[in-house]
Amino acid sequence: MSRRVVFPNRVLPYLLLAPQVAITLVFFFWPAFQAVRQSLYRDDPFGFSSRFVGLANFELVLSDPNYINSLKVTVIFSLSVAVLALVAALLLAVMADRVVRGKRIYQTLLIWPYAVAPAIAGMLWLFLFSPAMGTLAVMLRDTGYDWNPLLNGDQAMAMVVGAAAWKQISYNFLFFLAGLQAIPKSLIEAAAIDGAGPAKRFWTIVFPLLSPTSFFLLVVNTVYAFFDTFGIIHAVTGGGPARATETLVYKVYNDGFVNLNLGASSAQSVILMAIVITLTVIQFKYVERRVHYA
Amino acid sequence: MIEKRPIGALLAHFILIIGILIVAFPIYYTFVASTLTSPEIMAPPMPLLPGGHFLENYGGAFGGIGTIGGVGVGRLLLNTTIVALTIAIGKIIISILSAYAIVFFSFPGRMLFFWMIFITLMLPVEVRILPTYQVIVDLGLIDTYTGLTLPLIASATATFLFRQFFMTIPDELIEAARIDGAGPVRFFKDILLPLSYTNIAALFVILFIYGWTQYLWPLLITNDNNMNTIIIGLRKMISFVDADTQWNLVMAITILAMVPPIAVVVLMQRWFVKGLVDSEK
Repeated sequence: MSRRVVFPNRVLPYLLLAPQVAITLVFFFWPAFQAVRQSLYRDDPFGFSSRFVGLANFELVLSDPNYINSLKVTVIFSLSVAVLALVAALLLAVMADRVVRGKRIYQTLLIWPYAVAPAIAGMLWLFLFSPAMGTLAVMLRDTGYDWNPLLNGDQAMAMVVGAAAWKQISYNFLFFLAGLQAIPKSLIEAAAIDGAGPAKRFWTIVFPLLSPTSFFLLVVNTVYAFFDTFGIIHAVTGGGPARATETLVYKVYNDGFVNLNLGASSAQSVILMAIVITLTVIQFKYVERRVHYA
Repeated sequence: MIEKRPIGALLAHFILIIGILIVAFPIYYTFVASTLTSPEIMAPPMPLLPGGHFLENYGGAFGGIGTIGGVGVGRLLLNTTIVALTIAIGKIIISILSAYAIVFFSFPGRMLFFWMIFITLMLPVEVRILPTYQVIVDLGLIDTYTGLTLPLIASATATFLFRQFFMTIPDELIEAARIDGAGPVRFFKDILLPLSYTNIAALFVILFIYGWTQYLWPLLITNDNNMNTIIIGLRKMISFVDADTQWNLVMAITILAMVPPIAVVVLMQRWFVKGLVDSEK
């Protein structure tokens, strides 16, 4: 990332960086440091003093069945959202790349959900599927299916996964479409002349050449499912029923702000930080090797 | 088109139309609901064609029958607009400056700062909720626009996008500018900034949406209903237990909360798409 030609100024670069670095220090590094520190302390019940307890908070959190449950919920939720949103978007993008007429109209009609806030996406799905008022909920029940996401955890999970994936399709679609359009037509024509049909061309040429895009999207989707979906959970299920949709982020929020358990919430924050860092590193290291960069 | 396969093309259109129906249906459904009366919404199955209460509901939403905790929708929309614009413009300014420093200057600590900015990617608000909240409390920024926006203005992503773009600018251009006597400020203002307009426009769309759709942060930072964003306000209106929830107004406000960001994406689609694609390279 170094250039041959640079400006010789000594002070200016620091001034240019100052605003970004100041915000980073005050609102990112300091709180992160505080989270680590608080995770090693425990407040007395009245909040007058806190004492050092070492890793006791972590032991408490990790031995809490609710926490393990929340971990499971998060993994299931994130995987389902990422897979669903990626597969649906890829299918739509491949189809949009094939059509000659109306490509732009299709694109315009497919990208709006990108602009819908996660919390609102959740509410839209709630309007559709709420047992009290949702038309689709009524239709489901008319088929004899016992639909009640307010009582059934799996159904609540299906609903938030649907809302979260629904919102992410447009983002993935745009990237897949761009990736598809970047593939040189000559490659595909050559394969067609050699007698490869559309399916064969897709799996042997298009799909491998799309892998940088897919890799990038996998990272983005996982992070999205982990963090940006708090709004969906908070607005739609509130972690319920019976903690069936309580993701890690929701639990940190709930323990910290609703139950006011400072030590446990900080310990969870630290674990979450570790997860994010590992996730990023693993994805960059592991997925990269299997990605074919053109 | 490689070869003519009419059935394949037909299938493609068919799948796309199904996709669009799935994608658009929840929004359409809510729009229809926003033109009905509350009892009509609460008696499923709801009609799937718009009813005749459009003006009544949207007028009611703005008219302020004490819509959300005594705050009108106008105020909520204003708050959200301020927050979204401040975040988008603030992020662009501080990111373009940081990227400029990192790419076009050589100074001690350059890589350190680069990594500092990079690491913020791994520290989203969600993993440091309480201590960040504490900082805001200590600084007295609860229920202020500064508190709502400032912590979200740091941006690793935007910095990277500008950095990527700046790296593609040939050395010859800087050499030429320097031979002609342009200093760093002049170079930035007269050459780099005009070259970046497309990227800025693209980034603006993405960041505006980012700002508009914030949820967790405004939820923590606002106690006063006057400072709510529209999404938080909406969340407070919805109660399935409370029989008094005016669903027709809820639906109208949901639509109002979606229209500005959707309009930005659709109207600025060209920049939006181009920016996303360019930035990935």
